[in-house]
Amino acid sequence: MTALPVSPWRVSMTTIRAVKAETPGVTTYDLSFDDPAAGYSFLPGQFNMLYLPGIGESAISMSSDAAEPGKLRHTVRAVGNVTRAMERLLTGDKIGVRGPFGTSWPVEQSRGNDVIVAAGGLGLAPLRPAIYHLIRHRSSYGRVTVLYGARSPADLLYTDEYEAWHSAGLDVQVTVDVGSADWQGSIGFVTTLLSRVPLEPTRTDVFTCGPEVMMRFIASGAVNRGIAAGRVFVSLERNMNCAVGLCGHCQFGSEFVCKDGPVFPFDRVRRLMHVENI
Amino acid sequence: MTDPIVGARIWLPEAALQGLIDQLRASGYEVVGPRVADGAVTLVEVTSISEMPRGVRDEQEPGKYRLTVIEGAGLFDHVVGPHSLKPYLFPPRTTVLEVLKIRDSWDARVPEPPRPKRAVIGVRSCDLHALAIQDRVFLGGQHRDPEYAARREGLFLIAVNCSRSAPTCFCVSMNTGPKVDGGADLVLTELNTGFVVEVGTEKGGEVLRGLDIRESTLAEFAEATEVPQRAASQQTRRINLATVHDTLINNLEHPRWEDVAKRCLSCANCTMVCPTCFCSTVNEVTDLAGDVTTRERVWESCFNEEHSWTGSGAAHPTTKSRYRQWLTHKLATWVDQFGSSGCVGCGRCITWCPVGIDITEEVAAIEAKGGVA
Ligand SMILES: Cc1cc2nc3c(=O)[nH]c(=O)nc-3n(C[C@H](O)[C@H](O)[C@H](O)COP(=O)(O)OP(=O)(O)OC[C@H]3O[C@@H](n4cnc5c(N)ncnc54)[C@H](O)[C@@H]3O)c2cc1C
Ligand code: SF4
Ligand code: SF4
Repeated sequence: MTALPVSPWRVSMTTIRAVKAETPGVTTYDLSFDDPAAGYSFLPGQFNMLYLPGIGESAISMSSDAAEPGKLRHTVRAVGNVTRAMERLLTGDKIGVRGPFGTSWPVEQSRGNDVIVAAGGLGLAPLRPAIYHLIRHRSSYGRVTVLYGARSPADLLYTDEYEAWHSAGLDVQVTVDVGSADWQGSIGFVTTLLSRVPLEPTRTDVFTCGPEVMMRFIASGAVNRGIAAGRVFVSLERNMNCAVGLCGHCQFGSEFVCKDGPVFPFDRVRRLMHVENI
Repeated sequence: MTDPIVGARIWLPEAALQGLIDQLRASGYEVVGPRVADGAVTLVEVTSISEMPRGVRDEQEPGKYRLTVIEGAGLFDHVVGPHSLKPYLFPPRTTVLEVLKIRDSWDARVPEPPRPKRAVIGVRSCDLHALAIQDRVFLGGQHRDPEYAARREGLFLIAVNCSRSAPTCFCVSMNTGPKVDGGADLVLTELNTGFVVEVGTEKGGEVLRGLDIRESTLAEFAEATEVPQRAASQQTRRINLATVHDTLINNLEHPRWEDVAKRCLSCANCTMVCPTCFCSTVNEVTDLAGDVTTRERVWESCFNEEHSWTGSGAAHPTTKSRYRQWLTHKLATWVDQFGSSGCVGCGRCITWCPVGIDITEEVAAIEAKGGVA
């Protein structure tokens, strides 16, 4: 009898080291693997399946620095079964992890180029590892711009880090759809920020994550400004169950979002992103 | 003594088929074959040829299936029923993880999959092609399914060349039958008093040894050659395999999707009977005390809303979007993903659709009035 393939359902145990309330309904969890020999590493843009026994699994992107894989961090919005149950967890509680899965932001391929990171809402979470990478290797990149939009000032993620990103040499521009009494910043959509930012299309790569409509506008906006569609990268969300291309849930045309994505060059998915309910 | 080497053509008298079953059982195989249950020819355990559907024919039409008995007809005069090999390799329910709660932590382990030895008698060409397709899905990629691998390893396949086609069959146009073209340990063609057996593998030849066999005559072989040709000539349904990929992909907004959505019940029957559909979902099942959780993988269907749920709603919220997902996956995007069509032309989805939606007719309608994408 030949050896059987390793089960994709094997799960590693982690312990919650810290819990941080970010914005209403959004929490960041710091996790550490119980088995120090877990040998875990990931690339910016990849995701894990987080597991709560008796409740289920959710696909959640890594939001921490990939250079420090031992300090795993996830930012989660409570929307359903698993993510609401997660909201009740405390430091010391356990979360199962399968991963890492999926494709990543092409940070290596972008060396030498200008990079625009365009995020909407929770879409900043999977982009944060890319931002950390760009900062760590700041001299390897040209102009780096972070464009971030959220519904309201209260919905902005990671506000205590913008200053550090700016000091590290990133142009950080933030906008909200609806301001508040003490909001002095820009009001409007992140797509508007993109239309104003100075850029050289032949040396600029765009990484975008957020609601699908927003990514469509960002990607089309970038293309309209002369950036080739193959230099624009979007991160798609679909239902995930196995995360390894065996369960069928995440199909998007001929792509399995879990293994062919979630990060795709826009030219590969552009046509389907314009078909409703595909 | 006749030597049943690979490629040999052997004559097996009908009574000796029992010997074949006995031989397989003696070597530790569970033998599965056609058997009538609940008004259909199913694929379940058989121990004796007397349990098999002698003279039974299946009348199949869109949304209709009925059995009749014909005097003097053979053991394999039926074609494919609602069952296929799929449940034997990709079970409708299986445990992928067992989690035990231990004080404030828990212990998760992957159960060792069973490694059954199973022989299936009466497998048709379309189902062998469906098996090859599922092999690519479950074993062909970077992540391979251990349960499927375990069950696949112990499978012994005795195929049968179809002697007739149902009106719902269209394997000829899919290049998947009715003549078996590989993938089986033994291939039977039923004649009046016995079978011409082609030996496909050494394992296949091995079980024939010691049975009442001889080399088949040229006349028997010539007669056997005509059997699947007769079945092929009866087929009327077809899909244009060369053009269907582009036809569908270029017509994602065709009005026919709305039209079929008015008829389709989103019941998922088509995906359950399809021998290649592979979607699944893992559910949590917890005991009453809450100390033991098993993660159970069950068959899922793209016709269910929860199949495509995300935090911002279902990706396929309407029957139109679900039927389009199903048809374009089967006949177009499957080719991009796995290098072959996801449809083998078995016609099961046509027969078992409660409202008789016909995959070939839907494609033809889109092809005839090729709208713009
Ligand atoms: C690659 C990838 C990366 C991701 N990264 C992150 C991340 O970093 N952070 C994050 O917060 N999220 C992320 N997500 C989204 C996250 O996976 C989902 O929000 C999460 O899986 C929801 O799981 P749940 O069990 O909490 O919700 P579920 O219970 O599965 O519910 C999810 C949604 O399904 C629908 N639904 C559920 N039950 C019903 C019902 N009975 N009837 C109708 N509709 C229903 C609702 O719309 C609900 O909002 C990511 C997704 C992907 C694919
Ligand atoms: S799509 Fe229909 S005809 Fe094709 S393999 Fe599946 S059940 Fe058979
Ligand atoms: S096509 Fe027929 S069998 Fe398939 S979901 Fe629709 S009604 Fe059910």
